[in-house]
Amino acid sequence: MSHWKSFPKPLPGDWLVLGISCIVVAILFATLWRNEPAGKLRIRAGDRVFATLSLDQQRTLQVPGPLGISTIVIDRGRARVASDPGRHQYCVKQGWLSKAGQVAMCLPNQVSLELLGGEKSYDSLNY
Amino acid sequence: MKKAMTRSIIEITTTPDDHRIARLAAIAIGLHLVESVVPSPLPGVKPGIANIITLYVLYRFDFATAAWVSLLRVVAGSLLLGSFLSPAFVLSLTGAITSLTMLFFSARLPGKWFGPVTLSILAAFAHIAGQLLIVRMWLIPHAGVAYLIPVFAAAALFFGLVNGLITARLLRDNGKLSSFSASKGLVE
Repeated sequence: MSHWKSFPKPLPGDWLVLGISCIVVAILFATLWRNEPAGKLRIRAGDRVFATLSLDQQRTLQVPGPLGISTIVIDRGRARVASDPGRHQYCVKQGWLSKAGQVAMCLPNQVSLELLGGEKSYDSLNY
Repeated sequence: MKKAMTRSIIEITTTPDDHRIARLAAIAIGLHLVESVVPSPLPGVKPGIANIITLYVLYRFDFATAAWVSLLRVVAGSLLLGSFLSPAFVLSLTGAITSLTMLFFSARLPGKWFGPVTLSILAAFAHIAGQLLIVRMWLIPHAGVAYLIPVFAAAALFFGLVNGLITARLLRDNGKLSSFSASKGLVE
C-alpha cells in the first residue's frame, strides 16, 4: 500500500492531542465501565421507594403489591426475589443479584429490586 | 392597463461567494447521503466523512464559509433524507453547531504545531459531546446514557483522526485537486 505513505505526517501538536485524547478515552472507559460489587439495594413498590437497605445483612422482606406479596431475600452481599405472585416469575428466575446496576423487576406486582454501588452505577441500557 | 399587470420578478443577486458555498455544500451533502446508507454497528456511530469538507473549507477559505457549508449540509441533507425537524435532525444540527464552535476556537491554535488532525479530533469530540447532551436531556433522560460515553468517545477519536489525515492530504494535494475539480466544475 504505497498510497498510505503519501499521507502527510501529523504535526507535533497533533501527536500531543492524539496522545491526550487516547488517555481521556481510556479514563472514560475505566470510570464509566466499572463493574463494582453492590453495597446497597433499593426496593420499589408501585411508584415509590419501599426501602433502601445495606446488602451486608441477612434478612427477608415482604413487599406488598397489587397482586399480593413479593418476598425479597438479602443474604450478605447478594439479594434475590424469592417468591412473587406474578404469572411468568421472570424476577424469581433471575436468581441472585450481586453486581451494582443489576435489576430484577416483577412487573405484574409492580415490585422491583435494584442493586446499587457505593454511588449509583449504571445498568446496561436497552439500546 | 396592461402595464399594471406586469409580473413582479424577485431577483436574488448572488455573489461568487454564494456559488462557491453552494458547490462545496453540494459535495458535503453528497457525502452525507452516501454515509446515511452505510450500516452502522451502533446507532449514532458514524464516520462523519462530510466533516472532511467542513475542515477543508475552513483551511482553504475561512470560518464563515465552513459554517455555511456545514449548516447547509445539515439542513439540505435532512430535507433529502426526510428527517427535517425530527430528533435525528436536531442531533445532527447540535453536532454541527458544537463542532463548529470547537473549530472556531481551535483554529486559533498555532498552525505550525497543530494541523487538521488536531482540529478534526477536537471537533469530533465536541460533536459527540453536544449530541450526548441532547440525548441525555431530551431523548433518553436516563443516567444509563453515561454507559455509552466511552464507546462514542472512542469512535470520535478514531474517525476524527482518519478524517483529519484525509483532510491534511487533500490540503497538501490541493493544486492537483482543485484543477481536477475545476475541470469537473466542482470547485472554483
